[in-house]
Amino acid sequence: MRKFWAWGALIFGMLYFILPLLGMTNFSLKMRRGVYSLDAYAVVLGDPRFQATFTYSILMALATIVFGVLLVVPTAYWVRLKLPGLRPYIEFVTLLPLVIPAIVIVFGYIRLYNTSSWLPLTGSITGTNILLMFGYATLALPYMYRSVDTGLRSIDIATLTEAAQSLGAGWTTILARIILPNVLVAVLSGAFLTFAIVIGEFTMAALLNRPAFGPYMQLLGANRAYEPAALAVMSFALTWGCLGLIQLVSRFQKGAQSAT
Amino acid sequence: MSSDSSAAPPPARAPFRLPLHWLGAAPFAIFVLLFLIMPTMRIVVGAFQTPDGSFTLDNIRGLFTTSILSAYWISIKISIASALLGCLIGFSVASAVVLGGLPKWIRGPLLTFSGVASNFAGVPLAFAFLATLGPVGLITVFLKSQLGIDLRALGFNILSFWGLTITYLFFQIPLMILIITPALDGLKREWREAAQILGATNAQYWRMVAFPILLPSFLGTLALLFANAFGAVATAIALTGSSLSIVPILLFAQIRGDVLGNPHLGYALAFGMIVVTGIANTIYIWLRARSERWLK
Repeated sequence: MRKFWAWGALIFGMLYFILPLLGMTNFSLKMRRGVYSLDAYAVVLGDPRFQATFTYSILMALATIVFGVLLVVPTAYWVRLKLPGLRPYIEFVTLLPLVIPAIVIVFGYIRLYNTSSWLPLTGSITGTNILLMFGYATLALPYMYRSVDTGLRSIDIATLTEAAQSLGAGWTTILARIILPNVLVAVLSGAFLTFAIVIGEFTMAALLNRPAFGPYMQLLGANRAYEPAALAVMSFALTWGCLGLIQLVSRFQKGAQSAT
Repeated sequence: MSSDSSAAPPPARAPFRLPLHWLGAAPFAIFVLLFLIMPTMRIVVGAFQTPDGSFTLDNIRGLFTTSILSAYWISIKISIASALLGCLIGFSVASAVVLGGLPKWIRGPLLTFSGVASNFAGVPLAFAFLATLGPVGLITVFLKSQLGIDLRALGFNILSFWGLTITYLFFQIPLMILIITPALDGLKREWREAAQILGATNAQYWRMVAFPILLPSFLGTLALLFANAFGAVATAIALTGSSLSIVPILLFAQIRGDVLGNPHLGYALAFGMIVVTGIANTIYIWLRARSERWLK
């Protein structure tokens, strides 16, 4: 009897998730009347605006990841090594982006960094791009920080640092050649998650008026029928890919650890 | 940040070395200050200011008009409904897998899939549900042509309260599964056995042992899911355009083009969002601390 209910709950849950995925896949293939075809995908992939916005979002994601790593790895390392008393506060701050909705943060940006302010970032395209990247870095902060901090916990950073210092390494060398390789899997996990978040992000890009992939999808959704479903299928594949890569690298690490 | 001095046990060091330690955290502090704290503070302060900068409560008072209150009310209702249903369904699925005697191999794929699905939000999620439950969606068409059930005639519309709730559930349920599975794992065998030895029935074990232990995790996740749904903007906009007046959509329109006719009312609107998600998250953090006492 208990098994019956257990299977029932599981099957209900599975149906809930499979039906929308089935629905969007089915819909994305129906652009040509009467037969299944990949027309919607061809139209989307051939759209120059798709190529432009998708490239833009990929570049933004990569920039966010580089900036995030440069910001988070040294900080998390330094706090663990020298300022352990600060950890609870930093942890609290990194969780704030989950509490404050993204729309509120970007609203603050628009008011704080407009053309008449002391730091007029929204005044130029480069400035707005930088601001958007900082915004993305803020959104990704909870995931990035927690991932890297967990990675640092599993290695003995004090000993590694002393060993490196006694061999004459400076701080840059220690960070780039000792710490980073040791937490690479954690950094990669954070990076893939950041990528998945940034690539389809809508609110910040739309309100800062940047030609990103999220606003493009929304625009297409308001005007077309079949192409949005194709975009949804591709986004889902992309999310699946990013999260799959996280699993892959962490399994790789487990394999490497048990091999040594 | 006053506990810093207690962090360094030998405080009688050379005094000039201390500031250098702090410099290491400076880039992070500056970034967080500039791009997280100050923007938020700007909104909070702006909510209590007149356009010329003096203090006022008029903006907050301005929130208490019918249209804005009803926007908050719909938002809160959708968030509560999707959080409650998400918790219940997620709990059923998780407990089915952990306690229901299902094959062990289901667990890994389920958790992986939950990780993906809880991140599959925003614009594409709206498209997926439009293609499934929209006017010409998979389920709508199937029910109509095969079973003769017309969802539209029954009053269902994807661009409505229930439409949005059902869509949000797609990321709410997996989030619940991800959070509650470790809590269910934490229910020790010994507790059940001890209860049985003392003569408890299965129902009594659940009511008097498992339920009180799980309750903080359950309520905490409820608060988290609530905040999660309350702040969601992209899914709502892609799904409904602006036909459903919920707070995030109203704020989005306000930032775009000052639809309320008063920029500082926008601050107040955003401030209200911070207050609601802030309360929900405080409850979450408080209850999580309580639940961790048992689940070590």
